[in-house]
Amino acid sequence: MTSTRREKSLIVIQLTGGNDYLNTVVPYGEGRYYDSRSTVNIPQERVISIDGQVGFNPSMGPIKTLWDEGNVAIINGIGYQTPNRSHFRSMDIWHTAEPDTIGREGWLGRAIRDFDPLGENVLTGINFGRGLPRALGCPGVSVTSVGDLATYGLFPDIEDEELRMFTLEAFSKMYGGAAGRDPVMEMLSRTGQDSLQGADILRTAPARYSSSVEYAPDALAQNVKSISQVFHADLGARILYTAHGPFDTHSGELPTHAKLWDELAGAVGCLMDDLKEHGREDDAAILIFSEFGRRIKDNGSGSDHGSGGVAFLIGGAVDGGMYGEYPSLAEAEQLEGDLRSNNDFRSVYTDILEDWLGLDAAPIVNGQFEKLNLFRA
Amino acid sequence: MISNDTALMAHLLRRAGFGASRDELERYIEMGYDGAVETLLNPSDPGNMPDDLIRRYHVEQSELRDLAGSAAYWMYRMISTTAPMEEKIALFWHSLFATGYAKLNQARALLNQVDMFRRSGLENFEDLLVELSKDPAMILWLDNNENHGEAINENYGRELLELFSMGIGNYTEDDVKECARAFTGWTLGNAEYMSIRAAKDSIWPYGRIAWHFEYRDKDHDDGEKTFLGETGRFNGEEIISIICKQESTARFLSTRLFEFFAADEVTEAGEKVIAEMMATYFSSGYQVRDVLRTLFHSDYFKSEDARFARVKGPAEMVVGAIRMAGNYQNPALGIEKVSNTMLYMGQGLLQPPSVEGWHEGSEWINSGALVERVNFAAKELSNLKSPGVRSIIDRLEASSEDGVLVPSDLADRCLDLLGPIQVSDETRSVLVDYASRRGDLDLNSHEPGDDAEQRVGNMLRLVAATREYQLA
Repeated sequence: MTSTRREKSLIVIQLTGGNDYLNTVVPYGEGRYYDSRSTVNIPQERVISIDGQVGFNPSMGPIKTLWDEGNVAIINGIGYQTPNRSHFRSMDIWHTAEPDTIGREGWLGRAIRDFDPLGENVLTGINFGRGLPRALGCPGVSVTSVGDLATYGLFPDIEDEELRMFTLEAFSKMYGGAAGRDPVMEMLSRTGQDSLQGADILRTAPARYSSSVEYAPDALAQNVKSISQVFHADLGARILYTAHGPFDTHSGELPTHAKLWDELAGAVGCLMDDLKEHGREDDAAILIFSEFGRRIKDNGSGSDHGSGGVAFLIGGAVDGGMYGEYPSLAEAEQLEGDLRSNNDFRSVYTDILEDWLGLDAAPIVNGQFEKLNLFRA
Repeated sequence: MISNDTALMAHLLRRAGFGASRDELERYIEMGYDGAVETLLNPSDPGNMPDDLIRRYHVEQSELRDLAGSAAYWMYRMISTTAPMEEKIALFWHSLFATGYAKLNQARALLNQVDMFRRSGLENFEDLLVELSKDPAMILWLDNNENHGEAINENYGRELLELFSMGIGNYTEDDVKECARAFTGWTLGNAEYMSIRAAKDSIWPYGRIAWHFEYRDKDHDDGEKTFLGETGRFNGEEIISIICKQESTARFLSTRLFEFFAADEVTEAGEKVIAEMMATYFSSGYQVRDVLRTLFHSDYFKSEDARFARVKGPAEMVVGAIRMAGNYQNPALGIEKVSNTMLYMGQGLLQPPSVEGWHEGSEWINSGALVERVNFAAKELSNLKSPGVRSIIDRLEASSEDGVLVPSDLADRCLDLLGPIQVSDETRSVLVDYASRRGDLDLNSHEPGDDAEQRVGNMLRLVAATREYQLA
């Protein structure tokens, strides 16, 4: 049997709330870091060194392992020209790739539309978690949102399995019934059938997957496990999305941030192990981003909303390394007390869309942005 | 079978409200159709728990500067009101003058705007536009705080014409600029500081601060302006007065009201109603209440053509199911989760995706949203503990002389009591088949939650899952 070329998928983990760049990739070789962060800092001896100047947060052990294997790209100082320090607005900007006006279409929603213009596969884009991040939203594009893979579908609250099957059957008949010439009824019928079909296919995913990797019981790890199950089931999912947080560490930052990164690094480590176990580490890339970084100075207990942040791209096909300069902490270089961003997030999107997903990036990200060449040629 | 009075009244209450339980429906039927229209169009005391008590006893709704609590608070008002048109018209204006939390980070300002819609939403349209132009949330949302005599920002001026009153194609780019000039100086007290705070979205360290309108004479461009063919040293009020005189404004407003209260699609018969609404708009001196009265009394609105001619929006779906089930009549924990469900269906209150509002009608439906809609309504209406469901069980029992329902009666009466809902022959036959699974239903000596009651719950669940239940 010859192996067929598999489609590449993008896995996105959104860090909601503003991840503190300075305590994630720690500039411990820079005295100004400890001057500004007199209480909310990572002591030098605890930093996992990268190059003697910066290093990983101590909770990021599994990421460091992947870094050593050359599979982690660190994108420094990521953001956009005029920072907005509102969670909602800034996340909107990342989601719609539209910093100046209020955009209506999510960048990944557009990508899904390009993959599947006729909407033939309702599983092209899947969000794990409830609701739909605006990144995936696009008028006319169907995206499946899975709260819990085990119970996903219609009537999850019916406990009697026989009754549930009987009810699903009735639903299928009702939505399969003649719609007459009424276009709304027809659309409802088609969508109802799509939902059933999506749920039927998704339910097969866990059975089509086996792995020796054991994911932790926390919510993120379980969502990442679901992502892995669906990805490995080859259901045509190209965009798999989930969110982690809250990273809004205004107070009590150190323990909260450490726990969040423990979970995140653990889940990503497991996912990469899982991909390798299945020989699929070159078929998926993981993007980790947050809406903004946090202020250079701490507030005594945590840190407030800032601008320039850090993003990560991880995967077997990723050309690991540092991208861009770590923004200067010198007072003259700061932007209103924040790190000044020097990498536009839409450059990263452009790399992903063109070099990974094989799409035309400019119409999706609303313009031409220079690529960082994040993938191995 | 179902009387036309009941079906017509249910239709009116789905449009001028959020649907009605049979008890509520019967109260309106007693008033007669005309009396019901007047009662709805003249909202009296909504009967909800007063705000001070809500704040004291209900933690989830006590922080009205935050988004989640505020959205839940508004939903609670929709659920518990006895004057549903007041909330429905507020929802209409919120959808049309769509202002969102994302840029403001101040939910209190949005709730104040919604209050303004409650207070003025059925009154004079000209006055409403003036109030809107002075609304602090709107000023920041569309950057009128950046609209200065020396350097205009067209954002509000443009949307006022395009999205809020006349519609695109009825004015020139020069009109947009002149309109923007007229609204220079319409800003907030301490606007510069407030806009920085809004962009920072942090309750640290000083919390959020209330906003109020301020007119800055010095920042207003008092020069001569030519707007839609008229020339003068117009200020904002005069511009709005000129806008309201336009036929395009009458058409825009009447059409939007028609689409929200009558049907997603405007047919030829609908065009005639819109023409009548436009005539009322002028003859009444721009009274929204009178324009709606014309709509509700039109033959088209009362005809079969207008029934179930709209896809329920998420707010209608969620609030309608909860009102039918009789839950959350008093604030209760968990309401925030329910209001999040609305967001999962695509309509987070106070967070429209953009100034264009939501794309309504059939665009509410996609596979993720449909799963949420069906699961929510099915669960809500099959919960045997809900007062509304208990009342349905009692009515079912009373509707049969010997307490026994044959399968077709069970299906038909559930359709009746949840609406009445009209369904296709195919849908009805699936419902009857489903009801037949265990033969006739004997409701004699039923006990809360017993097998007989569960069969009713199962039937209600399936009715709530029909295609037809998705429509209003």
